[in-house]
Amino acid sequence: MEWVLFSDANVREVLIKATKLTKRYGGFVAVDGVDFEIYRGECVGFLGPNGAGKTTMVRMLYCFLPPTSGDLTIAGLSVRDKCMEIKQVVGVAPQEDNLDIDFSVLKNLVVYARYFGISKGEALKRSEEQLRFFQLQEKRDMHIEALSTGMKRRLIFARALLHNPQVLLLDEPTTGLDPQARHLVWDAVRQLKKMCVTIILTTHYMDEAEILCDRIIIVDHGKIIEDGKPKELIKKHIGENVLELDYDEALISFLKQAFSDARIETMGERMQVFTSKPYDMFEGFLHEHKLSNVTIRKANLEDVFLKLTGRGLRADD
Amino acid sequence: MTEVNIRKSPAKFSIPKISSNVWKVWRRNADVFTKTIGVNFLPSLLEPILYLFAFGLGLGNFIPEINGMPFINFIAPALVAISLMNGAFFECTYGSFVRMYFQKTFDALVATPISIEEVVAGELLWGATRGTINCSIVLAVVGISGFFTAQPLITSPLFLLLPIIAFFAGLMLSSIAMCFTAVAPNIDFFNYPIFLIITPMLFLSGTFFPLASLPHAAQGIALTTLPLTHIVNLTRGALTGTTEVLFGLSTQILIPLSILWIALMTIVFFIVSINLMKKRLIR
Repeated sequence: MEWVLFSDANVREVLIKATKLTKRYGGFVAVDGVDFEIYRGECVGFLGPNGAGKTTMVRMLYCFLPPTSGDLTIAGLSVRDKCMEIKQVVGVAPQEDNLDIDFSVLKNLVVYARYFGISKGEALKRSEEQLRFFQLQEKRDMHIEALSTGMKRRLIFARALLHNPQVLLLDEPTTGLDPQARHLVWDAVRQLKKMCVTIILTTHYMDEAEILCDRIIIVDHGKIIEDGKPKELIKKHIGENVLELDYDEALISFLKQAFSDARIETMGERMQVFTSKPYDMFEGFLHEHKLSNVTIRKANLEDVFLKLTGRGLRADD
Repeated sequence: MTEVNIRKSPAKFSIPKISSNVWKVWRRNADVFTKTIGVNFLPSLLEPILYLFAFGLGLGNFIPEINGMPFINFIAPALVAISLMNGAFFECTYGSFVRMYFQKTFDALVATPISIEEVVAGELLWGATRGTINCSIVLAVVGISGFFTAQPLITSPLFLLLPIIAFFAGLMLSSIAMCFTAVAPNIDFFNYPIFLIITPMLFLSGTFFPLASLPHAAQGIALTTLPLTHIVNLTRGALTGTTEVLFGLSTQILIPLSILWIALMTIVFFIVSINLMKKRLIR
């Protein structure tokens, strides 16, 4: 048989497919008939305010929650009847730390590998490999409680990869981490992307999503409201640049004149001007009007997110 | 496109489907146990010694013989049964609750190819094992103490069957305990089953005084509702060769009756507890 190399970016294999996926809790609809496809080797970020339904979606991906209706398949296996098989191909790094505090770092991995039916020798070998990959070798005999939050996070990653999953689910992987630990996690994600692991992550940090994800799915009220590459979404919804200045009632009409298509948003003491006008138009405007405390910055994913989901605070999920 | 079947409640009542995965859960708990064996071992060793000393020897001096045997010989099998009960019941209430609620061990387990039913079944088997371990420790204490009492405390070779009996009795109590764990809103909730069920049972199951001395109706109630009565019947039968005569029933009838009662309750509560836990954990 002849091997065909799928180097062509157009030939993409659908690894995960959701069809009218719905999750209801009594009268509350957490996930409302969503459809999406995720391709092999992709890194996809699910973004959404608290309670939007993104964690529920992730939890359905590893059979933690059964869907109320619709279907969800991973590598052709349906969550309705192939949970055991699905869990062999999906690795999970949950939001909350559920490491086994009764065991040391190494033992945590070895015991977890046993749950997958990995033999003792192989489990030890893979555990050591993972500890090396995540720079935890020196901590191998330490107690879980003696680890920092960043180390625990990395250990959770290591644990999720023991059975060489095709899909890795990262539920808020860097929440509560210091910048150093965050960067270590990001590095690990980048390396895993190179190894062609399909990654699905949820996050509240837009910079993280923008840096790591090939594609972003924005979720609100249980529905997918946008889906696309980070750069394209920014271009589509915001434009190139954003002008930020101190709030001034009188200035608003000026701005509206200068930028006819502008969307002006005020939040507290600041105003933001979103326009498709290029950078030098802003500069020209600033040349004419001497204003203090003004910045022109690149539009980012956070702007997109806030535009699409609004600025109101949400209840916790 | 047609909608795939819509389920009202995600967890339907069913006979649990379990595989050899349950032993992986069991192994996890066994690993923790062996790691902390010193802390686990000593209390279950000391308690029966104190009971034998205080009640058997101390109090026993003022008590005439019961059913033709010294008081200490009467309570020794009960001590075996009580420690079995405590081992299994505490493991699947406090122990399981801590693992489920505080340590999130169950959440970590169900992300692997182990199902929630297997997790709970593994916990139940481990609870049964804790009961068996406790039972064996106390059995050894009782056996050795017998060298220093007027009559040996173990007079029947049937005692060799006790670990097997203990495992199934332990499984029954673990399953009952797990039902409480499935509905416990917080860890303090376990005060209710312990003070309303376990403690009364500790005294009213033919343990420290003959159940036969109570009215006929009370004996009937004990036989139908108190699991410990049946466990005591079996431990007493295994250690001394005879049980009390309860509700007009002799040893020859009581022993198979108790085995049957335990077997039935084990099956019922095993299935019910796993379903209750599913109801709690699958949302």
